[in-house]
Amino acid sequence: MNIWIAIGATAVGCYLVKLLGLLVPAGALERPLVQRLAALLPVALLAALTAQQTFSANGALVLDARGAGLAAAALALVLRAPFLVVVAAAVVVTAGVRALGG
Amino acid sequence: MAEQTASASADIPAHGSARRAPEPGSAPEPKSDSAVVRDALGVGIAVGLSGFAFGVTSAGAGLTVLQTCALSLLVFTGASQFALVGALAAGGNPLTAAAGAFFLGVRNAFYGLRLSQLLRLPGPVRPFAAQWVIDETTAVALAQPTRRGARIGFTVTGVTLYVLWNLTTLGGALGAEALGDTSAWGLDAAGPAVFLALLAPMLRTATERAVAGIAVVLGLGFLPVLPAGVPVLVAALAAPAVVWLEGRRLGARRKGTDR
Repeated sequence: MNIWIAIGATAVGCYLVKLLGLLVPAGALERPLVQRLAALLPVALLAALTAQQTFSANGALVLDARGAGLAAAALALVLRAPFLVVVAAAVVVTAGVRALGG
Repeated sequence: MAEQTASASADIPAHGSARRAPEPGSAPEPKSDSAVVRDALGVGIAVGLSGFAFGVTSAGAGLTVLQTCALSLLVFTGASQFALVGALAAGGNPLTAAAGAFFLGVRNAFYGLRLSQLLRLPGPVRPFAAQWVIDETTAVALAQPTRRGARIGFTVTGVTLYVLWNLTTLGGALGAEALGDTSAWGLDAAGPAVFLALLAPMLRTATERAVAGIAVVLGLGFLPVLPAGVPVLVAALAAPAVVWLEGRRLGARRKGTDR
């Protein structure tokens, strides 16, 4: 039930912000400060989520095979690999390190 | 910073076509409809396939196939979906988890604003088009030189991505059940890799890198002490903090030079 509440709240919230952008008159969101915050908010959230989902397990900080996987993804990004290759690199390297006992 | 907001296509964080920097001096070239469709299909198919990673991650986080598919059908903005299942897997409160996912989705409002000027959609169409207002459709639409091209690009990317993303989500969720322990296959690394791939093109200036760095420190630093889902909301404060510091520095400089 809790999961459905989370799904419902996310679905309604995310749909309404998408619609908001299409409906509000131009200019309302065009203030430089608002634009600036809107551009930087995803940077902060994505950076924090990347770090947390790589370096934590059950509420504690850990360093495991996912760290190697993320490093592989970072390398793929530096080499301008396509999106799917970046994700695949992380998955394959993580699985490989685990298979080797990491 | 002002010139950044002025150039429409420059700060759309997405993969594929948006990664190439626009050439400032070049005049818009006439582009055939089929070239627009080809670009749109390329982005739609590449990103649409990554719904598989979402399906697997979501099932690995303990959501049912139905819950996983409901997320892709109803939320349809990848970063928010990954964030939500990650927070739920970590044992987060449902509303805290939804808040993190919601804040990630707020950027779509700003895409919508640009798209509404660009596409000039009739009022009755907007509630339906809204569900497709995401990173990829915006990047493709803004890359087109004409309104006709933008409309075609938006629609083809939207349809392709929506259909594929939902089919691959289902496939991933069903596949995860068959695979059993998804972490043995390294699939728990898919979520953070998706976030990193979305983040990388955004890190263009020192400001973005400062925000990212502070957010990582806050997100990891508070993780052991605050309830699940809350540290990421604390980390979001890196954005207003850096904007505030930037404003102070600009203000000080303006005072020095009398504007």
